[in-house]
Amino acid sequence: MSRDAHAFIAASRFGYGARPGELARIARDPRGWLVDQLRPDVAPPRQLASLPSGHSIIEEELHFRGDPEARKRFNRERVAPLFRDEVARRTRAAAESDAPFRERLVRFWSNHFTVSALANRSRPVVGAFEREAIRPHVVGRFRDMLGAVVKHPAMLIYLDNVASVGPNSPRGFRAGRGLNENLAREIMELHTLGVDGGYSQADVTEFARILTGWSIADLKFATPGVFAYRYDLHEPGPKRLLGRTYDQGGEDEGEAALDMLARHPATARHVARKLAVHFVADDPPAAAIERLRRSFIDSDGDLGAIARTLVDLPEIWREPFAKVKSPDELTVSTWRLIGSPEQPGPLLAPLRLLGQIPFTAPSPAGWPDTAAEWVAPETMIHRIQLGDLIARRTARRFDPRTLAEDALGPVASETTLRAIRQAPSAREALALLLASPEFQRR
Amino acid sequence: MLTRRLLLQTAIGAGALRVAGLPGLALAAAPTENRFVLVVLRGGMDGLFAVPPWNDPDYAGLRGSLAVAAPDIDGGALDLDGFFGLHPALKALHPLWRREEMAVAHAVAIAERTRSHFDAQDVLENGATRAHESADGWLNRALALIPSDGRRIGLAVGPAVPAVMRGGTPVASWAPANLPAAGAEFLDRVAVLYGADPVLGPALAEGRRSEAMSKRTLGNANDMAAGNLRAPNQFKTLAEAGGRLLAARDGARIAVVEMGGWDTHFAQANRLSRNLELFAEGIVALKEALGPAWPRTVVVAATEFGRTVHANGSGGTDHGTAGATFLFGGALAGRRVLGKWPGLGQAALFENRDLAPAIDMRALFKTVLRDHLAIAPPALDATVFPGSAAAAPFATRLTRA
Repeated sequence: MSRDAHAFIAASRFGYGARPGELARIARDPRGWLVDQLRPDVAPPRQLASLPSGHSIIEEELHFRGDPEARKRFNRERVAPLFRDEVARRTRAAAESDAPFRERLVRFWSNHFTVSALANRSRPVVGAFEREAIRPHVVGRFRDMLGAVVKHPAMLIYLDNVASVGPNSPRGFRAGRGLNENLAREIMELHTLGVDGGYSQADVTEFARILTGWSIADLKFATPGVFAYRYDLHEPGPKRLLGRTYDQGGEDEGEAALDMLARHPATARHVARKLAVHFVADDPPAAAIERLRRSFIDSDGDLGAIARTLVDLPEIWREPFAKVKSPDELTVSTWRLIGSPEQPGPLLAPLRLLGQIPFTAPSPAGWPDTAAEWVAPETMIHRIQLGDLIARRTARRFDPRTLAEDALGPVASETTLRAIRQAPSAREALALLLASPEFQRR
Repeated sequence: MLTRRLLLQTAIGAGALRVAGLPGLALAAAPTENRFVLVVLRGGMDGLFAVPPWNDPDYAGLRGSLAVAAPDIDGGALDLDGFFGLHPALKALHPLWRREEMAVAHAVAIAERTRSHFDAQDVLENGATRAHESADGWLNRALALIPSDGRRIGLAVGPAVPAVMRGGTPVASWAPANLPAAGAEFLDRVAVLYGADPVLGPALAEGRRSEAMSKRTLGNANDMAAGNLRAPNQFKTLAEAGGRLLAARDGARIAVVEMGGWDTHFAQANRLSRNLELFAEGIVALKEALGPAWPRTVVVAATEFGRTVHANGSGGTDHGTAGATFLFGGALAGRRVLGKWPGLGQAALFENRDLAPAIDMRALFKTVLRDHLAIAPPALDATVFPGSAAAAPFATRLTRA
């Protein structure tokens, strides 16, 4: 395969496709272009710089606790505009990024550790969660990301750990309250071991006991809204998780359990498989999964090293179109190609119309990651209609042939190029480009 | 031809969406006039909250603040049969019960014992005995056994074809979107580009058929608000459109709709009540939209598992085992609760925490397919629910004779 084809693959399979003119630059060293994005000192997107911290939002919210009317007003006047702004800035950041592979990794991990605004109570902080718990660790250690995720108020709220009380803790004993096993189960099933990771219902319950007290600082604390270990909620006594006893007492039990889960062989397998499904194919080859698994184990969960293993996977470079883009990927790659609209309405319209508004995944398992979940007969028509609508509004700004060269460059089929060349109008040429398999896939 | 070759290679790996399979053996016969709707309730609906056994002596004590009160108490259950009731948020469905157009199967569970949503949903939909044991869904396998004249009698309402309806028999789909129609000539040109694509090509061809069908029935005003179609508040929109598409003379006959919002670990009283209201509104909208076809309709609303018998420490419930399944429809011989109630005494509970299974979900589905869609039990055991012979369909009919 030519170096130009490799440039296309680097841009499209690892990122969101090329911006006009970008392929030529990538072609000089496609792998180098990718690996360079994994440097620890790559700055976070400037578009996100002005967004508020999670703890400050929660502190604002804490003032309205017990006042439903004020809370409603807060949701309407503060949370809703903030959510729209966050989603718009995030979309624009990916569309304009010089490190699109890194943006894809951020979204992969953010989806792996889903916090969804479909649960209204986590809506104020879903964006902060990604900025604070995912981004700083995207080329760091899995264990550090796991810790940041589990301690982030957004996750503690979303999976109800703030409501979990040790039945024999000082508070639980007084108030007759008890465990909530939601977070404990999903950490093992979704975030670490995977559903076949060898844990039982008893392990879920024990892990829930371990995690009691992992909560959020209320207004009595010096910095409200941050993670706080609340000893008065923590279940006393030793716990037994996956054959080991945890009797350190206090917060250390949870830290030790996360240490164990992050290093567990089942975790390496689970994460490797998910990465391969996302980056390689819906039904990825075993060899690719195995290389990622080994990389996870050999690097002790170094996510930068694992990302470099992805760059080295021969399966990705052999096959430019193995995956169908999700609506989010299709949207960002469209804006990369033709420039993103200024107004948030048009910017986010494709996400709304194709049903993938960021941060609103249907369950803690996150957004689906296979073609079967995104391409139904009628949604296929919607994807094409959407490209047609965008073309109507923007086609006169482009020469579609040049654009096709920029977008699809060396891998476009003769059929696609001919159709674009022979299209009766610029609008239809652009609509065909956006509908083409080369653009709908990655 | 780099691209074409690569796309063909992709065909091997991307076989999950096989909407373009062979129509199967049912091509010649006239299509069934009976309608069947499966509603997949994702997240694990709390059956003891939705259909409380208010007269079970252990119920109120075990459930504490989540117990639904007896019918004679303000805000209590709507009585069904002197033992079970409906949660008051389902008030809109109570008339259906009185008209014998509603039944409940209680203490129903899927074939595998798992408290993972995602494995449990897979078993609910694949119709096999374990998660990931089958790549296609039981409703798609059933479609191949139902007479059709070659048109798409299967319909997925929503943004994706749910696993239960994926497989070799092509199906239609419908989802709302406020998008201007693309011209036929333009779509013809796109179809040329998709010629070799194993996913996009068949999806476009099927999508054009779906689009034509929905346009005939729903008109051009495809302006229903799109948004997050996987959010529970979209259920009514989806159910209503699904009903209209099924009611049409030349429309679909078998539909699947999804509804989420059932995973209530925390403060469930208010949130679950709201979700039950949305569910009831959707079922009523479905009935209205089906109109004259309602007497020929059976609706089954099933979830992947029930929830713990005890409330958890935070006013919610955690993942459990058996739960409740709803049946609706004018074709139903309703007004009954199916299943032998296992009771809620400590010794009766599954693993000391969950309602014990009394009915295998596959037995219930098989009974519906036998009685309403005339699929013979041997075929049900052989192809629709392989390995389910032990979960025999009920002796009594579920539909009116």
